[in-house]
Amino acid sequence: MNAIIVSAIWGIVMMFTGIITEKGSTVKATAIVGLILLILVNYMDLTGHHLFAIDAHKMLFFDTFGLLANTILFCATLVYFLLSGSDIEKVAVKMPVAECFALIFFVLCGVSLVTTFNTLLMLFLGIEIISIPLYILTGSDKRNLKSNEAALKYFLMGSFSTGVMLLGIAFLFGASQNGTFFIDDLGIGKAAVSPLYIAGILLLLVSIGFKVSAAPFHFWTPDVYDGAPTVFTSFMATVVKAAFFIGFIRLFDEGFGDSQPRWQLFVAIITAATLFIGNVTAVFQQSVKRMLAYSSIAQAGFMLLALISLNGTAKEGILLYAAAYSLATIGIFAILIKMKDYTFEGFNGLARQQPLLAATCTIFLLSLAGIPLTAGFFAKYYMLSSVIATGHFLWLVIFAVLCAAVSVYYYFRVIQAMYFKEGDAQVADLGTGFKGLLVIVAALVLLLGIFPQGLLDKLTTMVYTW
Amino acid sequence: MIPVLLIAIPLVCGLVGFFIKNTGTAKGWSLFASFLSLAVSLWGLSLGRNSPMLSADLPWVPALGTRFAVGLDGMGQILTLLTAVSFPIIFIATWRDEYRGKSWNFYALMLLSQAGLMGVFLAMDALLFYFFWELALIPVYFLCSFWGGEKRIQATFKFFIYTFIGSLLMLVGIIWLYAHTPDHSFAINSFYKLRTIVGNDQMWLFWLFFIAFAIKMPIWPLHTWQPDTYEQSPTATTMVLSGIMVKMGLFGVIRWLAPILPAGTWAWGDTVSGLCIVGMIYASLVAIQQDDLKRLVAYSSIAHIGLMCLAIFATTTTGMQGVMIQMFNHGINIIGMWIVVDLIERQFKTRKISELGGLAQKAPGLAILLVIVSLANVALPLTNAFVGEFLLFSGVFSSTATSYNVVFTAVAGLSIILSAIYTLNMIQKVFFGNTNTLTANAKDLHMNEKIVLVAIVALILWIGVYPKPVLDLTKDTVETIITKMNYKL
Repeated sequence: MNAIIVSAIWGIVMMFTGIITEKGSTVKATAIVGLILLILVNYMDLTGHHLFAIDAHKMLFFDTFGLLANTILFCATLVYFLLSGSDIEKVAVKMPVAECFALIFFVLCGVSLVTTFNTLLMLFLGIEIISIPLYILTGSDKRNLKSNEAALKYFLMGSFSTGVMLLGIAFLFGASQNGTFFIDDLGIGKAAVSPLYIAGILLLLVSIGFKVSAAPFHFWTPDVYDGAPTVFTSFMATVVKAAFFIGFIRLFDEGFGDSQPRWQLFVAIITAATLFIGNVTAVFQQSVKRMLAYSSIAQAGFMLLALISLNGTAKEGILLYAAAYSLATIGIFAILIKMKDYTFEGFNGLARQQPLLAATCTIFLLSLAGIPLTAGFFAKYYMLSSVIATGHFLWLVIFAVLCAAVSVYYYFRVIQAMYFKEGDAQVADLGTGFKGLLVIVAALVLLLGIFPQGLLDKLTTMVYTW
Repeated sequence: MIPVLLIAIPLVCGLVGFFIKNTGTAKGWSLFASFLSLAVSLWGLSLGRNSPMLSADLPWVPALGTRFAVGLDGMGQILTLLTAVSFPIIFIATWRDEYRGKSWNFYALMLLSQAGLMGVFLAMDALLFYFFWELALIPVYFLCSFWGGEKRIQATFKFFIYTFIGSLLMLVGIIWLYAHTPDHSFAINSFYKLRTIVGNDQMWLFWLFFIAFAIKMPIWPLHTWQPDTYEQSPTATTMVLSGIMVKMGLFGVIRWLAPILPAGTWAWGDTVSGLCIVGMIYASLVAIQQDDLKRLVAYSSIAHIGLMCLAIFATTTTGMQGVMIQMFNHGINIIGMWIVVDLIERQFKTRKISELGGLAQKAPGLAILLVIVSLANVALPLTNAFVGEFLLFSGVFSSTATSYNVVFTAVAGLSIILSAIYTLNMIQKVFFGNTNTLTANAKDLHMNEKIVLVAIVALILWIGVYPKPVLDLTKDTVETIITKMNYKL
């Protein structure tokens, strides 16, 4: 509860900061202070100190899984603020920076709802609270036609999927025994499932599939990610996507865990389609930004593997994946924002001009590809391990692994451009703080890849209190 | 202790090497580091069989059931010895090669690749093995892509992705086996206990592992990355690739595939042996057609490795002994061949056999040493390769695991004749006959090249005449592995 309230309050504080000061750096500093405060109060929730004695009437359930997910997502947002916060000012002329930060805090409020919900209505509320500020942020570059198009596309597709989700929720309400929205009551007595129940699950699957950009519901993602200002794409592709996945896992594990054999094959097919479409289309991209958009679809495919298995390894794994994927992608986008040319040729020769940038970018790309020694390897390991442990769906694991090999191609295209091609890579001015921070994040990625034990300890204790 | 040192020395020295901004110092530093590793390896050899210094078991990621477990048994000893001996030879032999750009990074990356290779041969924990398997690839990727030939980027990329696909399939297999271990551990002994558990699953698990190893060796038809990569990479890296890295594939089969999945190995043995002999004949025939020296040696390597893989699947003690000693022999012999190729390329800026000729008239020292190395390649008696190949053929012929042992032996024998054809043809065209304008001013060996080639020839002849120490070293490992392979469900 701490995180939900503090994030909402701080969002309002940010809006007032915009009135008080014009300076972007002050606003960014306030935002960072607020985020650190948020992480602290969330940690207090984890250790049992609740600041607000509000009775949620069991609509929200603050278990360790949700609170740990919060921690990871908030820390990722902190890295995001530190690395890319100053780029928010540069998105458009006279950009209302404070309002952007306020919107991001509201998104975080939605994130806290999505990670700790216990009833379908709270899930709906959380998803909408996340989505609506994102529509605004996507279109925030008002004079840019692509940004407007992206915002409208996102809004229309998002609203449509919300409608589908509401219909699904209504069906599930009708199909439940005593008419309830609580997810732990949904599945009771579901040995013989009714068509209404299955329809509800499928509709929810479709709508959340939209949100996490699973195929075949992914068609909005490349255009929206490409059209949105890169700094907000960074946020959308990492924290928001990971949050939706946590909510996804939570819903399907608590709510539909008993009827898993019914919908598992369907999810497996969606996963295979997502992996295939994401990886194969990314191969043909000419713009690094669009390639990263498709790569996020491919990574979503990997995260969907956790949905198929839904065992302890899967839940630990999705948190580890969220952490590893967010760190690496936020890092890459932070570098991408500084490039003047977003195509692959724009990266030519970067290693000569900015060796530090190229080196950290390489580490992030290796992590996304899943090369050992990086955090991304253990993340992929957990996903594969969780599905293998179920004993079925081996075909999907082999398919996922082949797709991961395909992903190496487009990730390494960037490394090749940076190191092995001659060119004049144009980069905006970089401060030493930015470079230092990149090194720290890269070091973190490597640390998690060599000694993941620290993080894994916390995750394993969590699973046993689920 | 010793395994940890064997990995740590090249790793630390390699990382330090990135900060030495002077080529000369970097060369010296890397040579020093490689000699240090050789010293440690020889020390390990002197400790005998059962010393506690020969293994180390440190905690790594307990949550996953994986430990940093490294150990040296007979097979590990011989392969780490090969690695430790090869790197000083490679550094001395390529002392005069020049690398563009930041050349100190070249030597640092070579040391890092040595660390990765050592790790593969020493790992006694499956996830650790996988880690080092992948990590050996990354420095080689950068080495080939920075300092290779014209088409290096595409060739190296193909090499990387090809190998990566195989490795990922192996990862799936490793995770599957781990999920079925009784004590949830990646340790090799836990995997050995799985022979009783995994029954018919061994049939498809075999392929998950074998594809990875087959790509590495390479075995026809998964070999298409090899000639291009060998041709395009800088010769020092090619020496590492063909001298040591291919042994990773053979080693993987012997350590991680055959004893853990004996039923699968037995069931698919004929198929794999068929692929091996097709590869041997095919590669030898293509080698005969080659004009480019590098590609010729590359194809000849495929043929030799094919024979070793054939002998593994024959599941006999003799054959396996042959594989052990031949892994070492092939390593040194092929490095010797590459040294000559490197020499010729550096002096004459061409690798085409048709453009060379009569070098023996101007460079008699080189000619003598090369002829001996080439005869070792053809496995003439008195050379080390003869011992190895005799054991290999013996093993294949006496195999009870397959009903086609005579056929396999006959076809493999044919490949020896073909290897004689292309090797002697190459020697004759390059060294004998008349000089042409290009080779009229050939210089003989420099001191560094002389030292290494003499060292290699000495090893060839020594092991050829007195192979007993090497055979004794690996006897126990061979017994253990054959026993495990003969486990019938």
